[in-house]
Amino acid sequence: MTVLVVAEHDNKAVKPATLNAVAAASEISQAGGGDIHILVAGQDCRTAADAAAKIAGVAKVLIADDAAYGHGLAENVAPLLVSLAPHYSHLLAPATTQGKNLMPRVAALLDVMQVSDISAIVSTDTFVRPIYAGNALATVQSKDAIKIITVRGTAFPPGEAEGGSAAVEAVSGPGSAGLSEFVKAELSKSERPELTSARVIVSGGRGMQSGDNFHLLEAVADKLGAAVGASRAAVDAGFVPNDYQVGQTGKIVAPELYIAVGISGAIQHLAGMKDSKVIVAINKDEEAPIFQIADYGLVGDLFKILPELDAELAKRQQ
Amino acid sequence: MKALVAVKRVVDYNVKVRVKADHTGVETANVKMSMNPFDEIAIEEALRLREAGTVEEVIVVSAGIQQCQETIRTALAMGADRGVLVLTDAELQPLAVAKLLKAVIQKEGPEIVIIGKQAIDDDCNQTGQMLAALLGWPQATFASKLTISDGSAEVTREVDGGLETVKLKMPAVVTTDLRLNEPRYASLPNIMKAKKKPIDTVTPDDLGVDVAPRLVTLKVEEPVKRQGGVKVGSVEELVSKLKTEARVI
Repeated sequence: MTVLVVAEHDNKAVKPATLNAVAAASEISQAGGGDIHILVAGQDCRTAADAAAKIAGVAKVLIADDAAYGHGLAENVAPLLVSLAPHYSHLLAPATTQGKNLMPRVAALLDVMQVSDISAIVSTDTFVRPIYAGNALATVQSKDAIKIITVRGTAFPPGEAEGGSAAVEAVSGPGSAGLSEFVKAELSKSERPELTSARVIVSGGRGMQSGDNFHLLEAVADKLGAAVGASRAAVDAGFVPNDYQVGQTGKIVAPELYIAVGISGAIQHLAGMKDSKVIVAINKDEEAPIFQIADYGLVGDLFKILPELDAELAKRQQ
Repeated sequence: MKALVAVKRVVDYNVKVRVKADHTGVETANVKMSMNPFDEIAIEEALRLREAGTVEEVIVVSAGIQQCQETIRTALAMGADRGVLVLTDAELQPLAVAKLLKAVIQKEGPEIVIIGKQAIDDDCNQTGQMLAALLGWPQATFASKLTISDGSAEVTREVDGGLETVKLKMPAVVTTDLRLNEPRYASLPNIMKAKKKPIDTVTPDDLGVDVAPRLVTLKVEEPVKRQGGVKVGSVEELVSKLKTEARVI
């Protein structure tokens, strides 16, 4: 049995979520005994493929370099995976928007039921996955000949990005399906780490009152080298863009430290961050549900506390 | 052009789910059931396309037990034109649902299919993509904006890191994200009117679809509960505890 991991990349670098998927692949290959291969499908993606070849534990990197794969359109990439599938026992991808978009299309073409968003591996055919926004955990066994899986990144500590020296082998697929085209991307530019791979996250909720006030959070985030997140309430109120959203329908995160500021703690938000190692809640309402899961709670006015916190962190950094 | 929307009956999003004592699933008896919230957004989007004159008819489909008819009625009360219920007591997994929808679509001939990006019960996030694959149609998942013109659909998608816009050749499948629209409420007159709107009932056998599950649920458990911690009195105490006790900064 051999496991194929679909790399998430921007043609230049491999995204961190790939390393979590490789970690899950390692567990599967240890349970079943087999190699791990990585597919880098893109356009002018040699640099990304070379980076993938350095990931520890990877035996081979497949590079599919074609204009049709440049933007990861599922209509084009899915047939490529279908053509590679006969050589593999498992196809894995990170449960990112890219992986979630692509893998079910592959699964249906292979007449396989996908196992979505797994959080643990029991055996080569049995996996644990959260359902009902993480309020229950289902253990499911796949009866299909090939397992198609998306991996919840926060559940698997990332594998090592360095240490491997896999061979890079070119593969080609059917190319463009002629069904869809990429028009444009409007990606948020930020010097801060990505939410899903940040060690520390500072998130703001409705209590922030406006988008302008997020600079108070950003100041604290920058002292901690943290990413900035938000609750759905803050996103819906237009304070910050949607890609800031942490929660059931946003990003699932599990940093070492999560600081929730002015967030009451709706179930939908908790579903996205309750696996964080240490949770700090800052809220003026001492009855807020967020305090029930926070390791450290501070009751008070965030507009007073945030500048104090900023100053305190600055003092300690001197 | 016809639009087809698929809707799922799920445990209402306000209900705190409880795992059954025998670990076979979550309690659904005597629990409030509603339309999957993402599917409400899908209905709303189809209705707006009809109101804009792009679409002439909105067909709503649901698959499952007899009570799924109520979910279809909700969609009809919002304004959809007619319904199709694929009636079965069998457990339906996304691949089977995609096959059922494909069969209905081949009969009905819609040019645009809109469905929720995921159901809030199994959180699979698969059906739309699978349906598009089986039909050989393009797909746009996690849509926050949809524009249809000249035989193509331009869709803005919510992706990690921002937004992405793709152009799809019609017919196409679009799955909805939260910010696509704000679904309307059904007015009382429309709820009354919906009672007279037609709902066809078919079975998986009628459609020639094998719905046998491919995944076996071995058990369902509660996640480990997180314990609340302590309240601190000041910013200074907080920072000191994070440094020396939790050792995370």
